[in-house]
Amino acid sequence: MNFQAIKAIYKFELNRTRRTLTQSIASPVLSTSLYFIVFGSAIGSRMMDIDGVSYAAFIVPGLILMTVLVESINNAAFSIYMPRFNGTIYELLAAPMSAFEIVIAYVGAAATKSVVLGLIILLTARLFVDFSIVYPLWMLAFLVLISITFCLFGFILGVWADGFERLQVVPSMVVMPLTFLGGSFYSISMLPEVWQTVALFNPVVYLVNGFRWSFYGVSDVNAALSLGMIVLFMLICLTVIWWIFKTGYKIKV
Amino acid sequence: MTNESIISISNLSKRYPSGFQALDNINLTIKRGEIFALLGPNGAGKTSLISILCGLVNPGPGELKVGGLDVIKDYRAVRKMIGLVPQEIAISMFETVWATVNLTRGLYGKKPDDAYLEKLLRSLSLWEKKDNRLMTLSGGMKRRVLIAKALSHQPQILFLDEPTAGVDVELRRDMWKMIRELRNEGVTIILTTHYIEEAEDMADRVGVINKGRIVLVEEKAELMKKLGKRQLVLELPAPLSSLPQGIQIEGLALSSDGNKLTYSYDSHNSSGDIGQVIRTLYEHGIEFRDLHTSQSSLEDIFVSLVSANDAHTATATGERR
Repeated sequence: MNFQAIKAIYKFELNRTRRTLTQSIASPVLSTSLYFIVFGSAIGSRMMDIDGVSYAAFIVPGLILMTVLVESINNAAFSIYMPRFNGTIYELLAAPMSAFEIVIAYVGAAATKSVVLGLIILLTARLFVDFSIVYPLWMLAFLVLISITFCLFGFILGVWADGFERLQVVPSMVVMPLTFLGGSFYSISMLPEVWQTVALFNPVVYLVNGFRWSFYGVSDVNAALSLGMIVLFMLICLTVIWWIFKTGYKIKV
Repeated sequence: MTNESIISISNLSKRYPSGFQALDNINLTIKRGEIFALLGPNGAGKTSLISILCGLVNPGPGELKVGGLDVIKDYRAVRKMIGLVPQEIAISMFETVWATVNLTRGLYGKKPDDAYLEKLLRSLSLWEKKDNRLMTLSGGMKRRVLIAKALSHQPQILFLDEPTAGVDVELRRDMWKMIRELRNEGVTIILTTHYIEEAEDMADRVGVINKGRIVLVEEKAELMKKLGKRQLVLELPAPLSSLPQGIQIEGLALSSDGNKLTYSYDSHNSSGDIGQVIRTLYEHGIEFRDLHTSQSSLEDIFVSLVSANDAHTATATGERR
């Protein structure tokens, strides 16, 4: 293993975050705060409790997840898209690194940012809403697993994208709607029965519910099933990345 | 330079998915510690060959060994030996010089070494700019950064792909000085260029590539003797119908319109003849209103070399039929 190389990329990527701190951390925190002010304090106070949890507290896991999903994809996608765009990918290809090491370094750095971001949003949320976490270790495990999985997905997107528009399309046109429709702000049991069945095909439902279960011990779907779905999605992403490096897709001819 | 080979390429071909045959049965050996200039026109296969050796492009059929190791099977050990200065200026514009050079050193598995990197950046006149973002540097400075990156992990082999394209005189001079120093330290240098002067100045051996084939590989001194032709062109005030009877100069020719006299000579062996040529012309009453000399460019030499080669191939094929 070329640990030095992994360390070098990891450090380089985190320094990039430090330089773009406003973009990487401050803006998601600001937008999350706005959600809490609108949905938590303003509208939430007029909503009923869901599964014994106040509405403002109920949306906390969903809100964290929404930002973590989008930022994981964006961060990882940009981190590999930029070297492709500005040509510095030649350095990665010429370096004595395996594909596995390249992925660990980039995905590791992007996932670190996502986890930190998730925790910052959690703390921000705590300023607005009173809640406690039933399974903090599970909460952390879900956060880390979801971050890694979506960073892997972002990495694939960054390799696939041929322009900045394409990079934006998936997070805003696919992930965002799925998150909104995936029970981030409501329990899917509140939906008519047909739509409940449809919702079960939305992968975000499993992420949100597993994560919410770690907070309040309540969930629309079984927590183990949630965990299984996350691991399954992670395996799919790993397989696609393995194929990318094996075939050199859009990286090497 | 020793006779020990550091890179050996046997029967290497490369066809891109588009169908373009970039390399066609290349056989080439690079000796440890030499400066090897790979010359050829655009699209000849220079960059493809370098890219394959550096791991940027997948090789086609053939065998490629660096330091006796297979470039695919032993890619880690092979790549650690190699530094690459690419043709295009590819850098992360928002990063600082220091950060980007450190990153490259890390990628090659080397621990940070501030003292070495300081020395390297000073030798490339980059030390004062180490905290500058790359986007603020001039084109020449950016190219220096690429060189610093390529040398950041102390490679044994340095590839320079068109290093002097668009580079000013000062940087070019600095670059050649540095390359000589590296060579003295035992680094093997492979450079591609369009300019024969560079090859003439620097290289121990020269290889010419065209249409994916190695046309020739020769010691530089030998090649210059063969190919280093020069021309003296004299523009006449009035056209001549023919050369006066008494003029017997080999290599002297009158243009078809009678306005120019061209004397072709070998720059290495008989440049002293120019004075004699001019004196002889004066003695025969031929005056001229302007004169200039030119050295045949590599492209010219190369094209004649290749067309001769192509003609030979075509004849051979015809005979076989």
